[in-house]
Amino acid sequence: MGGTFLFDGRPVPFEEGQTILQAARAAGHYIPHLCWHPDFPPHGSCKLCIVKVGGRHVSSCALPARDGMEVESNTPEINGERRALLQMLFVEGNHFCPSCEKSGNCQLQALAYELDMSSARFAHFYPDRPVDASHPDVLLDFNRCIFCELCVRASRDVDHKGVFALTGRGIRKHLVVNAESGRLADTDFAVSDRAADICPVGVILHKRVGFAVPIGERKYDEASISIVAMEKGE
Amino acid sequence: MDSSLETAADREQLRRVVIDPVSRVEGHGKVTLLLDEDDHVREARLHIVEFRGFEVFIQGRPYWEVPVMVQRLCGICPVSHHLAASKAMDRVLGIPITRSAEKLRRLMHYGQILQSHALHFFHLSSPDLLFGFESEVGKRNIVGVAAAYPEVARQGVLLRKFGQEVIRATAGKRIHGTGSVPGGMNRHLAVEDRDALRAEIDRMVEWSRAAVELVKRLHRTDPALYDEFGRFRANVMSLVRADGAMDLYHGALRFRNADGKILVDKVPDQSYRSLIREQVKPWSYMKFPYLQQLGPDEGWYQVGPLARVQNCDFIPTPLAEAERREFIDHGRGEPVRATLAYHWARMIELLHAAETIRDLLGDGDLLEGALLADGERGTEGVGIIEAPRGTLIHHYQVGDDDLVTMCNLIVSTTHNNQAMNTAVREVARRYLDGRKLTEGLLNHIEVAIRAYDPCLSCATHALGKMPLVLELADAGGAVVDRVVRD
Repeated sequence: MGGTFLFDGRPVPFEEGQTILQAARAAGHYIPHLCWHPDFPPHGSCKLCIVKVGGRHVSSCALPARDGMEVESNTPEINGERRALLQMLFVEGNHFCPSCEKSGNCQLQALAYELDMSSARFAHFYPDRPVDASHPDVLLDFNRCIFCELCVRASRDVDHKGVFALTGRGIRKHLVVNAESGRLADTDFAVSDRAADICPVGVILHKRVGFAVPIGERKYDEASISIVAMEKGE
Repeated sequence: MDSSLETAADREQLRRVVIDPVSRVEGHGKVTLLLDEDDHVREARLHIVEFRGFEVFIQGRPYWEVPVMVQRLCGICPVSHHLAASKAMDRVLGIPITRSAEKLRRLMHYGQILQSHALHFFHLSSPDLLFGFESEVGKRNIVGVAAAYPEVARQGVLLRKFGQEVIRATAGKRIHGTGSVPGGMNRHLAVEDRDALRAEIDRMVEWSRAAVELVKRLHRTDPALYDEFGRFRANVMSLVRADGAMDLYHGALRFRNADGKILVDKVPDQSYRSLIREQVKPWSYMKFPYLQQLGPDEGWYQVGPLARVQNCDFIPTPLAEAERREFIDHGRGEPVRATLAYHWARMIELLHAAETIRDLLGDGDLLEGALLADGERGTEGVGIIEAPRGTLIHHYQVGDDDLVTMCNLIVSTTHNNQAMNTAVREVARRYLDGRKLTEGLLNHIEVAIRAYDPCLSCATHALGKMPLVLELADAGGAVVDRVVRD
């Protein structure tokens, strides 16, 4: 049974089974997200899609819409929380945008611009995360991982290879490669895999194509992520 | 060659005067002078006190990031690092770059030369030259120049702006663009940018001629100062094109001795290590390069405009070539060695850059043609370019996994390390020795350093190679343990 809820004061219709995020997008309202992807089930880990419903902060990608809900999304309070989450993601890894090949195509960077993040605010962790360059066609730069698990899900559910996994808990959580050696070259990963093109940040990169498209002419250089995400269904 | 005043014998007994920071240069450096009771200078050193370390943290990064990452060394001439790294990576990839790509890179580079030389002369050095070394310190800056000589300041600012526009049109941004990539370029010149630059270029050539005239007038006005200040014998090194022409983008290494005689010529860029060695000294983060066959005491050398203008056989643009001939004639058969002649030579190069840009802008290859090529992958590459401040060497080794395993950077300012120290000592000996020090007198030292247009932030990268002495002393000051790493 569908119905209607209020999204930032505007009525949004929904169908039975739709989440808040799905219904809002269908009605043309963008909600920031990182771990959510239209081709995959909700994951609810990045919390960027947080909204306020009846005084509670919930993940809009995971919560089914209900008739009569009042949802707050694009408010100073909620955007402030999103910005704090982004700042924590930035300091947790090593994000050096100026020489990152993903710059301009990176959702983390684009959201930082979208949400007016002007500083890292917190102390940087500077974790030691060596890159894995063992595969002939793909480079893994773990410095930039935000633990969205999109590569884990794509490799497991689409490619049926299970190349990636998260291991460790809490602050020690990190992305690993499912091989005894831990090296990507020792898996059956291929550059044509879905997982090779799913990373929203700059962890999984095709080798030897650095800066072929000039900075300034890339996806989020041309339009903000709130526009790109809606127009391209991302 | 003269290296006295480098280290005094009785350092503890001497009075210490420090110029910190040296102003109107890029980066942070300081000068220490040790004086005895009679104000005689006993020791003079230029120290580079900041540490950058790019050689180390570039290791383990994929090679395609390098041209973009290393240019963050500097905000004044990032293009030089961008292009030197790209040239080195061209070699790693075994790619002879396409005609269009090389011309676009040349345009970018000569835009860089133009803007950097204009910045250095007009913004940083002209206040000393126009007002005098001991003039009122509050006016000795570009704002003071704008008030007293508005047309000079205006032309300087607009020359620099034009150079930056050339960079923007080829690299995408005025500072830290990404136009050059290993194996070529990622963009052509847009027709509208070409047309906008062409509309301005004749005026830029004229203003560059006026800049050369301005320096010549200064030389004529006070030959005793301009021909003698900080004058000393030095070897010189630069890239030279195969036919002997000045070429700031590519060539082979040529080395002349202090008499102007060619000692070494046509050394391919890939073989620079057969020519140059580097010495470390315990009191500076910056290394001291020297020509291997002459050794560290005799083999140090100058790079940059003064070296280049006299090391080449000719400049391949007519106006700058005429100025070069006049400059050479000024030496009356001897190499021109005065420190302030750097400015004259630099303005001749400014004119050469403007002429080169004018010629390139008429070339259709900038607008179309292949930008990238294929090659046979190797594991090592050297890229050498004549940056505004002098010869810039980038050397990389890259593993089969595409990660950089070794990086060696010898930047222009490092080549000039001994020469700048010698200039400081010459000036200290001639102008400061035995006198009560004033701000104006100390500025003489800075004027000498400034002539080299040093970029101190670019110059310090070695890690784990510096000699180090660690002493553990007890409460009474007696040394109880000592560790030395050579």
